Amino acid sequence: MAAEAVLDIRNLVVEFPTRRGVLTAIRGIDLTIGRGEILGVVGESGAGKSLTGAAVIGLLESGGRIAEGEIHVCGRRIDQLPLREMQKLRGRTIGAIFQDPLTSLNPLLTVGDQLIETMRVHMPLSRAGAMARAVRLLQEVGIPSPELRIAQYPHQFSGGMRQRVVIALALCAEPELVIADEPTTALDVSIQAQITALLKRVCRDRGTAMMLITHDMGVIAETADRVAVMYAGRIVEIGPVASIIRAPRHPYTKGLIGSIPSLTQRSERLVQIDGSMPRLNAMPEGCAFHPRCRFAMAQCRRERPPLMPAGTSEAACWHLNGEVSHVA
Amino acid sequence: MISMVLRRIGNAVAVMVAVAFVAFMIFQFLGDPVQLMLNEQASQAERDALRIRLGLDQNFVMQFMLFITRALHGDFGISYRNQQDVMSLIAERFPATLELVLVSTIIALSIGIPLGVYAAIRKGSPIARLLTMFSMIGVSIPSFVIGILLILIFAVQLNWLPAFGRGDVVHFGSWTTGLLTPSGRSALVMPALSLALFQISFIMRLVTAEMLEVLRTDYVKFARARGLPNRLVHFRHALRNCLMPVVTMTGMMIGDLIAFALVTETVFQWPGMGQLFVQAVMFIDMPVMAAYLMIVSAMFVTINTIVDLIYLWVDPRLRQAGAARGYHAH
Repeated sequence: MAAEAVLDIRNLVVEFPTRRGVLTAIRGIDLTIGRGEILGVVGESGAGKSLTGAAVIGLLESGGRIAEGEIHVCGRRIDQLPLREMQKLRGRTIGAIFQDPLTSLNPLLTVGDQLIETMRVHMPLSRAGAMARAVRLLQEVGIPSPELRIAQYPHQFSGGMRQRVVIALALCAEPELVIADEPTTALDVSIQAQITALLKRVCRDRGTAMMLITHDMGVIAETADRVAVMYAGRIVEIGPVASIIRAPRHPYTKGLIGSIPSLTQRSERLVQIDGSMPRLNAMPEGCAFHPRCRFAMAQCRRERPPLMPAGTSEAACWHLNGEVSHVA
Repeated sequence: MISMVLRRIGNAVAVMVAVAFVAFMIFQFLGDPVQLMLNEQASQAERDALRIRLGLDQNFVMQFMLFITRALHGDFGISYRNQQDVMSLIAERFPATLELVLVSTIIALSIGIPLGVYAAIRKGSPIARLLTMFSMIGVSIPSFVIGILLILIFAVQLNWLPAFGRGDVVHFGSWTTGLLTPSGRSALVMPALSLALFQISFIMRLVTAEMLEVLRTDYVKFARARGLPNRLVHFRHALRNCLMPVVTMTGMMIGDLIAFALVTETVFQWPGMGQLFVQAVMFIDMPVMAAYLMIVSAMFVTINTIVDLIYLWVDPRLRQAGAARGYHAH
């Protein structure tokens, strides 16, 4: 698996040096994504999901740095590349989609200019050749009459259409891997379904690997093949979507899934996880989740659980042997 | 698009009519020009003749109409001070001022914008800090101090450049330029620099502040994530989005400089409009003041209209009919 993985992250640690000491935001994560596979990364705000994506593409903000670990893309180690080399990979090998389509596009350049510019940076194309490709690409992401739309400016597109343009921009140099950071969060629910369907289709058609970062379990359930649940800078559970949704092992994952309202079953009330995630400078001993966990026991407060196999997935919890699986 | 252009031009005309009214009112309130112009011994017949010649025998509305009609023909009457045609007085002086202002603005833009970009993208580096410090000094020192310092160093001590005047000029019809003669060019250096120093600092600070803001936006982040090289990210994506405020401020600055270059013109004995205006004020020379007011306003209005049109050209969002939004819609 690891040999042909498009993305292979090994023991990644990301730190932010601040005036009051170094904050560790990502505390050692391992994950791989294969060709055409969609890995959902889910968790609360601040769990480190977006940072993981930013670390892969080399755009950590304000002094953030990769302190340990390795990132390999298509078999090549990329976490130590100089800026020039990294710029060649961005767009070409790793595409990115950001949350807000309304602000992701430059308001002063036409959609076509932005597409053509990106393609010509990465590929030996004439302007006319890039133009033709851009029209086909807009068609592919579902923009009607692309030959007219290509000469228009971002403000002439609706939110959903703009996110399609953003997706076209992320795909235009045919990357092997796409990091999609909350691609549907800023959209209407009806548009969300269209965009997730589109993402799924392009990954299947092009064999593109995708890291789909979101806090929305529903999007993950619809789109992803596997899911990694993050909590306080670590992966607490990872495995195939179907088995994790049906039988979550980690109490945190159970909480996340229990908090999704269901249309078919009428439950008394939604499950709520009390409390909030620990601050980066106040990580508890042992399992980071234990202060909020209803099942915490002495061992949880002392020792941090590693990821352990549990059925078809892996989870980091001392309760894996079935004692708590019937609760919550 | 065309209707917006026409609307802007309509606004400009309305402003000019209002200014003309104010300029005209100067005549109504600042005493009787006939008494100022003629000496004590002038006869009543002479006074009446001058009164008719100046159009002062007509009623208020007629006088205003006459004033506007004449102004449109470039006729602002005759100077009370030396009885010369006001328009030709101003026409003599105007090229000198415009040349000074344009040269210093070009210097300011071509130095200020690159320095501003540099200070933003190398934020925190020693050179960027030094630039920021110098720009602080640049906006703080009044231009006449710079002018006097420049004269002291380059004219008095080193004797490299002339301390005053405009040097030799070349005539093109009624226009004069000093740019084509060596003495004209060397005479222009110090006044232009002393005017430009403030502008350089000001534009640099403006560009730096705007760039830092734009560099944080999502579309710049997305441009980086697409692997665009820094050159494209900084200049095509970021700088372009900073240009609106720069265009605005440059437009206002050119207007300001034309109106208030008089300090620099006084320091360097530059034969421009500023000097003419100072003399007119000291002599209560109403036609010259009124004409000066009209011409400076016309410059302001023209520049502002051009600035508005540049907005439409730079920002596609403003081209939509009826959009009268501010330029800061990030």
